[in-house]
Amino acid sequence: MQLAVLSGFLLAALVPLLSSIADRRLGWLVALLPAALAVWFAGFLPEVMAGQTLVHEWAWIPGLDISLTFVLDGLSLLFALLITVIGTFVFLYASAYLAGHPDLTRFYVVLLAFMASMLGLVLSDSLITLFVFWELTSITSYLLIGFNHQDADARKAALQGLFVTVGGGLALLAGMVMLAQMSGSYSLQEILVQDGLSEHPLYLAALLCLLGGAFTKSAQFPFHFWLPNAMAAPTPVSSYLHSATMVKAGVYLLARLHPAMGGTEIWQLLLPLFGATTMFVGAFLAIRSTGVKKLLAYSTVMALGTLTLLLGIGTETAMIAFAAFLLGHSLYKGALFMVAGALDHSTGTKDVTRMGGLRKAMPVTAAAALVAGLSLAGLPPLFGFVAKELLFEAVLGGSTLLAYTVTLALASAMLVIAVAAIIALKPFYGALKETPHKPHEAAWPMLAGPVVLAALSLVFGVWPGLAGDLLVQAAASSVAGQPIQVHLYLWHGINAPLLMSLASLLVGALIFWRWDGFRQRLSVLDPMIARGPEAGYFKIMDGLVWIAAWQTRVLQNGSMRNYLSVILMTFVLLVGYTLLWRYQVHWNWDLDVRLHELVVVGLLVAAAGVACATASRLGAVASMGAVGFSVALIFVLFSAPDLGITQVLVETLTVILLVLVLFRLPAFVSLSTPRQRFRDAVVALLTGGLMTLLIMKTIDVQVFPSISEYMVEQSQPLAYGRNIVNVILVDFRALDTLGEIFVLALAAMGVYAMLKLHPGTEPGSNLRAGSLILPRREDDVADDQSKKDPSAVDEGRTS
Amino acid sequence: MMKPGTLILYAAARFLMPLQLMFSVFLLLRGHDEPGGGFIAGLVAAGAFSLYLFAFGSELTRDLMRIDPRTLIGWGLLFGVISAFPALLQGQPFLTAQWWPIPLPGGVEFKLSTPLIFDIGVYLAVIGTVMTFVVALAESEQV
Amino acid sequence: MEPIMALAVGLLYAAAIYMMLRRSIVKLVIGLMLLSNAANLLIFASAGMTRGAPPLIPEGAMAPEGLVADPLPQALILTAIVIAFGVLAFAVVLIHRAYEVVKADDLDQMKETDT
Repeated sequence: MQLAVLSGFLLAALVPLLSSIADRRLGWLVALLPAALAVWFAGFLPEVMAGQTLVHEWAWIPGLDISLTFVLDGLSLLFALLITVIGTFVFLYASAYLAGHPDLTRFYVVLLAFMASMLGLVLSDSLITLFVFWELTSITSYLLIGFNHQDADARKAALQGLFVTVGGGLALLAGMVMLAQMSGSYSLQEILVQDGLSEHPLYLAALLCLLGGAFTKSAQFPFHFWLPNAMAAPTPVSSYLHSATMVKAGVYLLARLHPAMGGTEIWQLLLPLFGATTMFVGAFLAIRSTGVKKLLAYSTVMALGTLTLLLGIGTETAMIAFAAFLLGHSLYKGALFMVAGALDHSTGTKDVTRMGGLRKAMPVTAAAALVAGLSLAGLPPLFGFVAKELLFEAVLGGSTLLAYTVTLALASAMLVIAVAAIIALKPFYGALKETPHKPHEAAWPMLAGPVVLAALSLVFGVWPGLAGDLLVQAAASSVAGQPIQVHLYLWHGINAPLLMSLASLLVGALIFWRWDGFRQRLSVLDPMIARGPEAGYFKIMDGLVWIAAWQTRVLQNGSMRNYLSVILMTFVLLVGYTLLWRYQVHWNWDLDVRLHELVVVGLLVAAAGVACATASRLGAVASMGAVGFSVALIFVLFSAPDLGITQVLVETLTVILLVLVLFRLPAFVSLSTPRQRFRDAVVALLTGGLMTLLIMKTIDVQVFPSISEYMVEQSQPLAYGRNIVNVILVDFRALDTLGEIFVLALAAMGVYAMLKLHPGTEPGSNLRAGSLILPRREDDVADDQSKKDPSAVDEGRTS
Repeated sequence: MMKPGTLILYAAARFLMPLQLMFSVFLLLRGHDEPGGGFIAGLVAAGAFSLYLFAFGSELTRDLMRIDPRTLIGWGLLFGVISAFPALLQGQPFLTAQWWPIPLPGGVEFKLSTPLIFDIGVYLAVIGTVMTFVVALAESEQV
Repeated sequence: MEPIMALAVGLLYAAAIYMMLRRSIVKLVIGLMLLSNAANLLIFASAGMTRGAPPLIPEGAMAPEGLVADPLPQALILTAIVIAFGVLAFAVVLIHRAYEVVKADDLDQMKETDT
């Protein structure tokens, strides 16, 4: 199964190669993978229908207890089949919809990667891998929304989707870590069989974090705004990611965790509350829109709200309704999105009010739209009707917020009937309207998806038992965490749900009939909607930009002294706090000092002081020499002859260096005010004081046994050397030394480049850093030499 | 400032330089047992060449050294890296020391080993680096 | 001895940082030199200071007699001294070139000159 999931990534890597070979057939070729996977997953149906759970283990990072274990149960299988079946048609559809697009290869790569991530998400057993795949779907979604990256709106929508879903992803990660803390395991299988998670003190925090992740991903109110904006993506993407699969990831997560986390009071309060609100807001915003894709996007928001609501109710009926609604929605919404793309493709407009009478020109599309639309509206004999009856039944059987949920469910059902009619009827019937392009029937790869998916809606509607046995029963059982018997019927007899359906049908038809007037009347509410959650999102974004600008101004202002002060003060505060308050420094006044040593140290400090205070460069260089030689003396006095020699030699060479360079630089000038000097002195003294404390502490503690003893003992026996320092340098730690001589070589190259590789230093050489990379024009070179060289050389000399 | 030096500097450089170079080789070879080693020896040799440069200028120093300092760095790094490989041939970890003692007349044993090759690499790299600095700086001034 | 050394190193650090916070680039170089000396002494003092027992093994012996100074920090410092020299040379030349191009030795002025 690992291979099945990862095959998407593999093929994605191969697509660029294939694209040169397969050329126009690429879309079909790529569509073979999801098709094959669909057949392969369907092969597990008998086992899963029998209530089995299939586990395929593979240790990925054993050290961290992270495994790439995949589990296939009813819920996963339902999702896997939706992903692969709809995926097959989406790839076919895209091959025609985006035919001739220059970036088609990139599209397939990302879409395949998405498919693999989504499969990984719904099959993962480990929370960690689930999270990785979760984020991968966010990233691929980002790339797909922004597929037309020349379009500023697409880029903005892509970023918005990314910010919202990844922001939620952070909350999700926190929630998962808490969940693992509560249950002691990252494996879903182990988490789901545990009792008493809801009594754990972390339960509420974990639940809120997990809901944060799920609600953002599944576009629940108040995070719903990113989904309609995501319609900037090419239509195959909207159909696949933003209706049938990815947006359901949040709902999937809630359903998956329902046996362990669900059933508590807070769960039964929050989920129905947010679910019902989202459901109504989605339906309400849908009816206001005129773009086909916007209509569908908002109705998807509504469906996602419905699914959340059903999970919140948590009764057995609700679980069945959840699985049925999930299946039904994916079928008709996938089909309707593809119809919308076909309409757009063939007429050149997305505005539903500008379409009409297309039935003659596009008969197959019209038929598919009609069937799928009826399913969306929830009318018999389609599967949507079965699902909606179950929904009403479940909502009526709910326990909390009953009046609220029932009212909103009924209102949403009314609105959605009107939405369905607008999409399925308005473009195709009535008088023919002028459209930018002359309408024509779509190519068959674009029709395959809508026709097959709509047909499935019909088949499952006429024989609901088929869907019930094959898919719904096992899925509902995994959500409930116990086996459920499912018997789906088209005709339930005359009962409350049917009456509600009838009422909603009447009102919905009325809204459709007076849609234009209705919409105008609703426009009164526009200012209120403009102040909705999306405005909040923009405020947050503005705030982020403001904070970034502020911190750049304060911290990243280009002044090195400022950087240094900030870094040092942070260091002093953090390390000082840790050192003084968390641990104690034992000031060991066990002084064992000889007079000559004291003199040397005194000389050192005095010389450093003079170097700071002197106003002449020569004085500074001389006192630096004194510092260096004092240090050498200290090395010699305290048993480090090699260091003493090295220090003396380096001091000599340093003097040569300074003589060669420093005196070509300007004399010391005092540039700072006394106030600045005082501030700098405080920073310097604080840091110096901390370093003193640090040394005292270091002498005190021995955290690890020293490796020096080994080196001292083995120097002669192993390395045949009596100078242990040198043995360490060239033998025990030779790799370090090798690195160090490379550093020296780099410094030499840098110096050489700076001194030699600029105009004027060598006759005839006009190399500059830029000219090494970019070809230069001849006159440019001449110009450079006549203007710049003399001045640069002069400056070097006169100073 | 970098005009060729005075008579005393000439004389000192002429006599001291060979001595310093010999001393540096001595420091290099004995470094494994007594204070010394590649770094120190390299600095001594670089000091010797710098002295010569102050006395006779960079042209003559280049002539004396025969090899460009930058090439010397390359050789140094090459020696350092080469010394890492004999161990691999023996199937031991990278940079493990290998010893091939060579008996010399007079009962002395010359300890040829990869650490010695490595130390020679350090020696050459240090000379090359310091001389690259000094020569480049001196020449940038003479233009 | 260590407490005295710790104090001296602290003062050396303070001097180095004070110089590095000056606006004149030449003072910055002086600060850099002080800083590398301070860092070397920091390692040296932290490892503990031993009188008259260099980490050398007498001829013919297999191990040093009695306690010797810790050789590991010495090896670290030895390379650090040489590298500090390399870095100093690099910094000095960089500053020299920057001065030639920008013709300012004031760090605050250099920040404004976008060349």
